[in-house]
Amino acid sequence: MAIFNLSINGQNKQVDVDPNTPMLWVLRDHLDLVGTKFGCGIAQCGACTIHLDGTATRSCQLPVSAAEGAEITTIEGISEKGDHPVQKAWLEHDVPQCGYCQAGQIMSAVALLKDNPSPSDEDIDNAMNGNICRCGTYTRIKAAIKTASQNV
Amino acid sequence: MTILKKKLDRRSFLKVSTLAGGGMMLSFSWLAGCKPTPEEVLTMPKEWFELNSYIKIGENGAVTLFNPNPEFGSNVKTSLPMILAEELDVDWKNVFVEQADFYPERFDRQFTGGSQGVRSAWTPLRTAGATARQLIVNSAAQTWNVPATEITTKAGYVEHIASGKRAGYGELASLAGTLEAPDPETVKLKEISDFKIIGNSKKNVDGTKIVTGKPMFGIDHKVEGMKYAAIVHPPAFGMKLKSFDKSSVTSMPGILDAFEVKIFKDDYARNFFDTTTFPEIIAIVGNSTWEVLQAKKNLKAEWEKAPETTFPMAGRGGNNIDIKVPAGLENSSSHKNQMAEYIQKPGNILRKDGDPEGAFKKAFKVMERTYTAPFLAHNTMEPMNCFADVKGDKAVIYGPTQAPELIRQTIAARLGMPQENVQINLARMGGGFGRRAYSHHMTEAALISQKIQAPVKMVYTREDDMTAGVYRPTYSATYRAALDENNNLLALHVKAGGIPESPIHANRFPAGAIDNYLAEGWQIESNITIGAFRAPRSNFIAGAEQSFLDELAEEMGKDPIEFRLELLKRAETNPVGENNDYDPKRYAGVLELVRDKSNWSNVPNGISRGVSAYFCHNSYVAEVVDISIKDKQPVVENVFAAVDCGIVVNPDAAANMGEGAIVDGIGNAFYGEMAFENGAPTKTNFDTYRMIRHREAPKKIEVHFVESNEAPTGLGEPLFPPVFAALGNSLYKATGKRLYEQPFQPKLMEMENLRM
Repeated sequence: MAIFNLSINGQNKQVDVDPNTPMLWVLRDHLDLVGTKFGCGIAQCGACTIHLDGTATRSCQLPVSAAEGAEITTIEGISEKGDHPVQKAWLEHDVPQCGYCQAGQIMSAVALLKDNPSPSDEDIDNAMNGNICRCGTYTRIKAAIKTASQNV
Repeated sequence: MTILKKKLDRRSFLKVSTLAGGGMMLSFSWLAGCKPTPEEVLTMPKEWFELNSYIKIGENGAVTLFNPNPEFGSNVKTSLPMILAEELDVDWKNVFVEQADFYPERFDRQFTGGSQGVRSAWTPLRTAGATARQLIVNSAAQTWNVPATEITTKAGYVEHIASGKRAGYGELASLAGTLEAPDPETVKLKEISDFKIIGNSKKNVDGTKIVTGKPMFGIDHKVEGMKYAAIVHPPAFGMKLKSFDKSSVTSMPGILDAFEVKIFKDDYARNFFDTTTFPEIIAIVGNSTWEVLQAKKNLKAEWEKAPETTFPMAGRGGNNIDIKVPAGLENSSSHKNQMAEYIQKPGNILRKDGDPEGAFKKAFKVMERTYTAPFLAHNTMEPMNCFADVKGDKAVIYGPTQAPELIRQTIAARLGMPQENVQINLARMGGGFGRRAYSHHMTEAALISQKIQAPVKMVYTREDDMTAGVYRPTYSATYRAALDENNNLLALHVKAGGIPESPIHANRFPAGAIDNYLAEGWQIESNITIGAFRAPRSNFIAGAEQSFLDELAEEMGKDPIEFRLELLKRAETNPVGENNDYDPKRYAGVLELVRDKSNWSNVPNGISRGVSAYFCHNSYVAEVVDISIKDKQPVVENVFAAVDCGIVVNPDAAANMGEGAIVDGIGNAFYGEMAFENGAPTKTNFDTYRMIRHREAPKKIEVHFVESNEAPTGLGEPLFPPVFAALGNSLYKATGKRLYEQPFQPKLMEMENLRM
């Protein structure tokens, strides 16, 4: 066990955990930020996507020891009132079905639009391909990203 | 106005106060639902007045509607309250939706599955809304001293035009809550033409919570003092626990205990949804998820081959029947050989019309094709998990289940307490697809909590989840057609089976449309467990049947849609046999609609097109899939679906679910496969179990609904089965090769013109 000082959604947080603990479980079990979801544990489904210094990162494969000193953003931190253009576009297109993967999808989409405000279909496919949606909302996600791209 | 004729259970429409005994909480998640546009919502009332099990109205006119059914993504939490709101006659923007707990004294059929949510709730919820509206009207009549029949309602207001009196529902709710409920048999329902909410798309009531990452799933739940648990199950079907070394984990950091969990008592008679692959597992309990996952990797356990066993299953009339679990470590390669043998043997005759044997004897030409598909894992995005807090003779369970009523019986029997002492609160589910109708994960969590005498959250890893069975079975279907020298269809024969069940629906199309028809089934026993998977059996047989009809149409020189319409015309005008369980006119209607919407005969350049149609869950669907070949790979460009499911309550959400079913089908047709070696699943996570991803999704999907005044029928499943054949038939057009074996991707990789 060791103490780690983390910067999460602009706030300083301290946790005392095994240094190998993935950020996913630090967020979920120790900091009660459960919007970041467990899907596969091997960075294959994208449900656990967070931003590490603005880059979309699979938190199930990110040990807490590697997260110290970086700015971490989770789904709870991308907007204060749930009004980020990507969140608004998700609501406009009524994207979610079960909703479980959508936080990870949104985190990947926000990172994409930050780097590439006007992505092509191919850019969207490439950036989002690591995020599985078992309910199959892919066409709505693409439409929502295009809507959001006009408002970021 | 239509008077309700159907006999209804009165209890849901009576005032709750007379029923809410037993000390159960009114709701686990107070105001769990919120509106996507909070600024438009009325402020929280000071007091709520219950009108019946589903409806509370605040003194300021705010309305709370309870969604009775578990939500797994089919959007019942929005669409069922829309039905209540319609008949209650309130403004949707003043509605809050709450998820009901499992509460059989208040609600009927709290079950999600079989695409029956809206269909089953349609009349009861309309009636519940209408009886509450009548209570408000009666309250106004009493207050104003005017006849109730002269009172009208509109969007949450009551009006007596003659006297000019008008009031909001909130002003009358307090009195309404004390009045005797009207007899539901006499309550008047709205005319369909007067609907204002039903048929007008409403956004998901949980949309804001989902996009902001609020806790709403079982896996998100946490209480003070809660422990965390992981499980370890045998590595293969046909294996069981021999022994394990507790000390291999209990000295690890954060680990509190490890013990065996036995899911059933020996003499317990299981129900149909008690399917459990491994009735004995090991539980590891600790202070955090990561710590129990580390211990799981370190656990030293010995497994042994399980002998053949039997267990009692509760049968009709209180008689138990013994169900056999065969011994052995099974392999996919031997499954294929076994199934090939059964194709040659006679099956069980399920339906026979005319003289099929005679027709095949005198046939000029016989066409025979065999189709197969593998086992599939459900792979819900949220792995199996559950929270449980068992103290003394009371249990509180919170987690993902499609079938709380069934698992409550199981849990109560195992814990040794009365059913009413087991409270099940319904979490939003991260997907279901049939998998969570089998809720042994809840029993496991309950037993772990009982053993450690503390609240616990148990979470499966993806590997646990994918290798725990309850799969879609593997199937095989052989179709034969007898043709005369002029290519007239004389007879059709289908013989289909699987491990361990047959996929045949013997009375469905094309039965009823062919003079000489024979359907046979067979099955092979196995210790690999199966369960309902989105449109059970239909999800395979539709693909086989509709692929065969496509090939048959080509052989007969007919357009595939025209050929199906000819068969349906025969079934409509001069049906063969009895018990045909479909309406040929509605069936033809969706084919005609998809022909129109896809502009069927004008195929764009570079596009290959296939069609398919199927009836299941009381609904009719036809689909056209357009593919192109880019970089020697098939690309799904467009999918057009035509759907007849009666009245559509929430059209945009219904389209969303249809789009999802199409994507699901395309993904499973191309890639879906679970295989076995020596009893062990060969795929354990998403690195090897290929799921459809963004890049492979169709570029465009259009879902068109037939305009209808028929009562709603199923929707979550019916768009799934037909897409397999629509895709296969379009791939044939593109490649010149028919695909008989799912998944398609390995064969496509072999094809010269598609090689990547």
